[in-house]
Amino acid sequence: MAESVSEKVIAIIAEQAVLEPSDVSLDSTLEDLGIDSLGLVESIFAIEEAFDIQVPFNANEPDAGDFDISSVASIVREVERLISAQSSQTST
Amino acid sequence: MRRVVITGQGTINALGQDVPATLEAMREGRCGIGPLELRDVERLSVRIGGQVKGYDPEALFNRQQISLYDRFTQFTMIAARQALDEAGLTFAGDLAARSGVVLGTAGGGVNTWDENYRSVYEEGKNRVHPFVVPKLMNNAAASHVSMEWNLKGPSFSVATACASSNHAMGLAFQLIRGGGAEVMVTGGSEAMLSFGGVKAWEGLRVMSKDACRPFSANRNGMVQGEGAAVFVFEEREHAMARGATILAEVVGFAMTSDAADIVMPSQQGAARAITGALRDARLAPSEIGYINAHGTGTAANDKVECAAVAHAFGHHADALMISSTKSMHGHLIGGTGAVELLACIMALRDGVIAPTIGYEEPDPECALDVVPNVAREAKVDAVLSNAFAFGGLNAVLVLRKAP
Repeated sequence: MAESVSEKVIAIIAEQAVLEPSDVSLDSTLEDLGIDSLGLVESIFAIEEAFDIQVPFNANEPDAGDFDISSVASIVREVERLISAQSSQTST
Repeated sequence: MRRVVITGQGTINALGQDVPATLEAMREGRCGIGPLELRDVERLSVRIGGQVKGYDPEALFNRQQISLYDRFTQFTMIAARQALDEAGLTFAGDLAARSGVVLGTAGGGVNTWDENYRSVYEEGKNRVHPFVVPKLMNNAAASHVSMEWNLKGPSFSVATACASSNHAMGLAFQLIRGGGAEVMVTGGSEAMLSFGGVKAWEGLRVMSKDACRPFSANRNGMVQGEGAAVFVFEEREHAMARGATILAEVVGFAMTSDAADIVMPSQQGAARAITGALRDARLAPSEIGYINAHGTGTAANDKVECAAVAHAFGHHADALMISSTKSMHGHLIGGTGAVELLACIMALRDGVIAPTIGYEEPDPECALDVVPNVAREAKVDAVLSNAFAFGGLNAVLVLRKAP
């Protein structure tokens, strides 16, 4: 059975946090999980690779609003939004 | 004690292809950052940089030199020729044996790596030019300078990421002061604006896509530059005996390591370097009038640097000027401290403080006099140049007005 977007995102975040996926809940924040700014940049890279999407993210302004990282649930929502927005475009 | 003075300077960077053009751009607060012109730029998400444009290596170097000189070496040779012409030195006999060259570069021959990887991986070729190794090695520029000007003393290259040039110039200073050399050609060079060089930085997510705005609340990252600056450091009595024009005196240097994080800067490590450099120069904090900041325009660097300056200088932090010329020429990585030393010398000699351009919104975490947008006339007797590298390696130089 194919993994859902949220399962994949949780697996990526759990790996970064060195936790079991079962320990990562949708309402966790990255801070709760002990993920720092470098960990965040690595997680975003892993998400881009896993879903073949471009995430608009600048480490200088992580809260700039193009990509809401306030919780695991918000990241899942943003990834779903990007997948539907970018699947209609041709990938380069 | 032996003292060290600067008797020549040269440069090529996005603001100009010599010192007068560069200083004029700094005085006018002109921005050298623009659209990148390089192969496959459309596959980059960061498409701006402080690139050297209108540059024709074929007009400056012969065919054999071009086969041996990567772009970073070409930049070095151009800057070194200007500096040595100004110093008016020739090297023979004992002076040659007591003179050397120490240069900073982080990446060395990045364009040579890039072009040859393309050739073997992308184009599937199984043969490369015989001089790939001597062209790409980090010490190539230092070696070619030693050969061109007959410098037979201590020569080497230094790679400490964004602090490479400051470490190189600090070591050149210590070599002369300590009696290990009479004249040192020093500074640094970088030519990382190739597809691979920009792509690597893109990965870190710290680059701005529109402008370098150090200390401004709306800053959104750094912008790469390229180029070189080279100086002639000379023992003071030696320079005076031959009646050389002294541009400035190098009076202090300190280096520290944060021993903490591979990319995040440390206020304590930076402050220790500043304090150490002042102590080495035997200057009180109140004697410093201007600091050329590391000022990368990233969220992390600028606030940590301002906190370090506030800590190291106490109340005097509010009285001194601090600007980041990276807003104009971009971040030359291993060559950056060298180009920035030009602004320090301009402050001492001409009484002109180069501005931090692109400054739009005050940031309470960077509440110092950053000389926003417009150059300022001011008399300063001693200045500092900061460099804080990835890897937590810090190098701070102190210069004083020519005696």
